[in-house]
Amino acid sequence: MNPRGFQDGRKTSRDGDLAKARGLEMFAADRYGAGMLWAGVRRAGVAHAAIEGVDTSRALAAPGVVAALTHADIKGSNRQGVIQRDQPVLADDRVRHRGDAVALVVAETRQALAAALELISLQLSELPAVFDPDQALAKGAPIIHPGHAGGNLLLGGRVETGRGEAVLAECAAMVEAEYRLPWQEHAYLETEAGWAIQEDDGRLIIVSSTQTPFRDRQEVAEALGLDPARLRMIAPPTGGAFGGKDGVSVQSLLALAALACPGRPIKMWWSREESFLASPKRHRARLRYRLGADSQGRFQALAAEIVYDTGPYDHLGGAVLTLGLEHAGGPYRIPNALIEARAVYTNNPVSGAFRGFGVPQVAAAMEMTVDLLAAKLGRDPLDLRRLNAVRRGDIIAPGVTLTGSTEIGQCLDRLEAHDLWRGRRAWKEAAGPFQRRGVGVAAVMHAVGYGPMVPDVGNAKIELGADGVFSLFCGVVEMGQGNSATYGLLAERVLGQEPGSVRLIQPDTDRCLPSGSASASRTTFTFGNAVLGAATLLRERLLARAADALLGVAPAEMALLPGRVRHLPTGKELPLDLLARLMTPEQRVAVHRHRAPASTQRPSADPVLQMHGLPHEVFSFGAVLAAVEIDELTGRLRVERLITAVDCGGLIDPLLAERQVEGAVVQGLGYGLYEEFLAREGRVLSPDLATYIIPTALDAPEMETVFVPGHEESGPLGLKGVGEVGIDGPLPALANALRDAVGDCPRRFPLTPERVLEALAGAGERGGRP
Amino acid sequence: MRINFVLNGEPRRVECDPDRRVVDLLREELGLTGVKEACGAGECGACTVLVDGQARLSCLMLAAQLEGRELTTIEGLAAAGQTLDPLPASFVETGAVQCGFCTPGMVLSARALLERAPAPSRREIRQGLSGNLCRCTGYQKIIDAVELAAARGRGDEPWPR
Repeated sequence: MNPRGFQDGRKTSRDGDLAKARGLEMFAADRYGAGMLWAGVRRAGVAHAAIEGVDTSRALAAPGVVAALTHADIKGSNRQGVIQRDQPVLADDRVRHRGDAVALVVAETRQALAAALELISLQLSELPAVFDPDQALAKGAPIIHPGHAGGNLLLGGRVETGRGEAVLAECAAMVEAEYRLPWQEHAYLETEAGWAIQEDDGRLIIVSSTQTPFRDRQEVAEALGLDPARLRMIAPPTGGAFGGKDGVSVQSLLALAALACPGRPIKMWWSREESFLASPKRHRARLRYRLGADSQGRFQALAAEIVYDTGPYDHLGGAVLTLGLEHAGGPYRIPNALIEARAVYTNNPVSGAFRGFGVPQVAAAMEMTVDLLAAKLGRDPLDLRRLNAVRRGDIIAPGVTLTGSTEIGQCLDRLEAHDLWRGRRAWKEAAGPFQRRGVGVAAVMHAVGYGPMVPDVGNAKIELGADGVFSLFCGVVEMGQGNSATYGLLAERVLGQEPGSVRLIQPDTDRCLPSGSASASRTTFTFGNAVLGAATLLRERLLARAADALLGVAPAEMALLPGRVRHLPTGKELPLDLLARLMTPEQRVAVHRHRAPASTQRPSADPVLQMHGLPHEVFSFGAVLAAVEIDELTGRLRVERLITAVDCGGLIDPLLAERQVEGAVVQGLGYGLYEEFLAREGRVLSPDLATYIIPTALDAPEMETVFVPGHEESGPLGLKGVGEVGIDGPLPALANALRDAVGDCPRRFPLTPERVLEALAGAGERGGRP
Repeated sequence: MRINFVLNGEPRRVECDPDRRVVDLLREELGLTGVKEACGAGECGACTVLVDGQARLSCLMLAAQLEGRELTTIEGLAAAGQTLDPLPASFVETGAVQCGFCTPGMVLSARALLERAPAPSRREIRQGLSGNLCRCTGYQKIIDAVELAAARGRGDEPWPR
């Protein structure tokens, strides 16, 4: 069969975008067809329980039901997870949160499926549950994974530099504060979706909305006890992901269903409520910060204590913790620090990867604390940041020396020169009756790539087809960033071809090569270099073959031009389709492996932290300036202007980079102002888009994005990642703007009108209501 | 029951249950998967279609409500008018498309807006699109796109190529 779901031949970002704008892109959810079955799961509905029995007999007897499966039907480990394999495909001995899948049903129609799921009978014996990370670590707490050595502590990390927190006592000025950041839901428009089929030869084709097709193959194979070679994973462009599809969602379930129903296509598509219940969130966090400076305002010491609520499974909680730890002190020189972070198992919804990956939480705490220190020192907050901002060669709080390009200073310079900053006093004074205005700033940094231990590798493959057209086989997923178009552009430049002439093949484990996840601000940084390498290799091979064909002229006399090779001294030309016919299929394919630079620094001797990604070699930087207007009567906070200055090295396509920043900024704005994912005793209280409020077109401000010039030696054309750095700064910049406007700021988020009114009443610094 | 309506300019007669949701009828039976579903509850706008030129949510409409109506989906946007609609290309040029899952609904809401307000202000565009959620773009480039398409529709801006 010829699986639909990927679109060969979309050549440029414009082609791909136009297909989407005309409704022609085929997402994972868009497959229908004759004989298609529907699969769905029964979820536990209780937060913590021992499973005594699962009775599927009534469901199986219902009309239209083809299969009803439980953990007993799984032949493999029944465990999946990126680092710790601690999450069952179908819960076996116990339920660890309300969204755990317990039984899988396959039916002829969606109606039959819905009816049958109700007929599954669960015999559960409820266990005491724990929903607060501090309580989860207390003595006598219910243990969520009895086999886990750390009890409910998934991972603890500690880095001490210089003389540590002792230096705080010697500082001329010291401030301290405690912050609480809420869960954030990705709320991608396309909920988890996919379809699968077991073919006659026994192979399983799984098309799904995923950021990680190659890793999914390994996880699904292990969990279900299959040879990975039996699985073919296809990853069409996602309808949004942002980290929430960095890991298995529907894939194992679809594979299990396909094993039970050979020859039939089977579709699974989670409802919005199911997605909110079962998908990972940004970790909610509690952070206690103490920051000290000398009388000149130079930061001397930082003590940070960070607790992430990771829910019942690792997902990527350990790695999130480690990135938070590395970024805890922001883009500043801080010679003495004690940073302690813990990720704790609870029976809440699962937390995991979300654009920013642990950094938005620490950036919020650090940047609000910097403003407290500026106030205490009587210093201008932007000026204090400029004084302490890192330059290349400086050492950040966790003891990492910055060896890559470091242009945070330029970012802050651009904000300082901005008319909004220069004219802020007049603008604030012009506030109308019952209005107050404020301007806030934040400075952030964001690591690019995986870290030192997990190889950050891209494997690019480019083929000159028999028709003379180049195909580029993408190893990482397109999720709206336009990365595949950028790969095409890079290949076209090296191969001397017209823009838009290279055919882009989206990830397919049978056709493309493993290149890691679409995450960690790494896709273009890592895979772009792999593309440059493969294109260069193929160019040299084509020129050499063409030189031979023209009877022994020197390859150096040849040029690769659009659609042809030309021998420059004589003007003789060889069209690419003709050249292709002179070559074997193997000769027409070039493959290049690129591994992104891995840091050799060891700020911590803990091998577990190294394995989870400490430290990084390359960082992008950013600074945000936000202007807000507060209504004293209603507590309404309006964002009037928002300026982001970004150092992401060189720019390959400025429009694509700007798209990334604007999108990240508005997600960060939602995090700060509107998005409050609520769960009580593990039950989701904000189950849909009517109760979980993401920004609309009326909430998003007019934004300005400034890219400062920069060049990162290790990046393709000097580029660094730009996918995440934009999300780290808006929340603290808005909070600092609120503080500037009313003299106080809550330390709980989002900044709802109620919390703003409390700040106006002066209650914010005392913590406010939960 | 049998339902008669005009779909993307063509008269259609469809046999289906009267309580079938329009989004299901379009996606599952008529193959129009440009109509997206992202909430099923009228909260996000991804399933927007035009019914007699007005933006409507196909997840909240039942098939029987289509009787005698004129329905336009994203697939029929260009076909429905006399000329090529400037909106999709304007979205592409301004960088208003990222993951693309909200885009068809966004384009149709923009079409409905431009029909009633050919020269909307940015504020009016934001208002007109406020029922369509986008999680990727931050909306700014979408506003740019609608401004550009509006100018092209009025003949104030040249069309591409």
